[in-house]
Amino acid sequence: MSRFPRLIVLVILAALAAATGWAGFAPIHVNSREQVFDIPQGTWARRRAGDLVEILPDHIRLTLGLNDVLLIRNHDDVPQTFGPTIMMPGQSFRLPFERAASYQFVCTAHASGQLTIEVEPEPVMPWARIRWRLREWWENHKK
Amino acid sequence: MKSRLFFSLLLAATLAGAAEPPPVAQLKAGTLTPVMPAPELELMGSDGKPLSLANYRGKVVLLAFGFSNCGEVCPITLATLAGARRKLGTDAHGVQVVYVTVDPQRDNAAQMRKFLGSFDPDFVGGVGTIAQIETVEKKYGISVTRKVNPDGSYNIGHSSSIYMIDRAGGLRAVMPYGHPVDDFVHDLKILLRG
Repeated sequence: MSRFPRLIVLVILAALAAATGWAGFAPIHVNSREQVFDIPQGTWARRRAGDLVEILPDHIRLTLGLNDVLLIRNHDDVPQTFGPTIMMPGQSFRLPFERAASYQFVCTAHASGQLTIEVEPEPVMPWARIRWRLREWWENHKK
Repeated sequence: MKSRLFFSLLLAATLAGAAEPPPVAQLKAGTLTPVMPAPELELMGSDGKPLSLANYRGKVVLLAFGFSNCGEVCPITLATLAGARRKLGTDAHGVQVVYVTVDPQRDNAAQMRKFLGSFDPDFVGGVGTIAQIETVEKKYGISVTRKVNPDGSYNIGHSSSIYMIDRAGGLRAVMPYGHPVDDFVHDLKILLRG
């Protein structure tokens, strides 16, 4: 191998090592701890008309210390039941989580009527931070 | 003139701030915004008197739903609420637990009084006809499922959250099932201050 390609390989490896080190050790910053979901006006009417509109995913993942607050805003003209409560038109429900666990909720805003919220522990260890960052990047990339 | 206007505006701003409810973002329960009046109950209490939330204005009401034959969720919820009242000490006088049956066919006032009294004699149960109970369940978005066993008996699955109603009768927060005593004590102290 000539000297030039070897240098490129070394630079790439160094960049990968630096990126991995950053991803594993740099603190994670988020703009808001709230994961916001809006129930738009007309949701109930659309569903009544046979449109199986999905407002909320049936599975929501939250992470303690980063985004561990669920905020649901009901902009519809009718009350909506989200798991533990009923939201009147124009009302919002802000639910903080402090324990990592899987939570099952009834939710009329969802076509299946069920909502699962997975709350994961705060990624403190380097590997956990790398995994969290990769997953966030992938999910943002998919949007 | 200008200083009078300034102080008038300052006073108005202060009064406007005082009229707003205290911030509830720090509650451990889920909070509802804006706060709306808690749907009223028109039931019979386990104490033999008409049960209405208006009876408890000035107190914080913890409203939950269950039934006296419940072997899993209800005893845990009631033990937690009783524990929270014990921890509050004298402040517990400002907290009223109301437990509405979801099993109107089997639960009557005497049955609920006996069941709730084993946790805390100050707890009040809500009973009524099937139609009355269904009306309340609908107002609060309570889901109730009934599974009939081969022998004709039945089990009931039901929503298990606890509704937190402030001193003015506003439905402020909802605590999902499973929170420990200390979370209730934390939130009740905030609501009692309000």
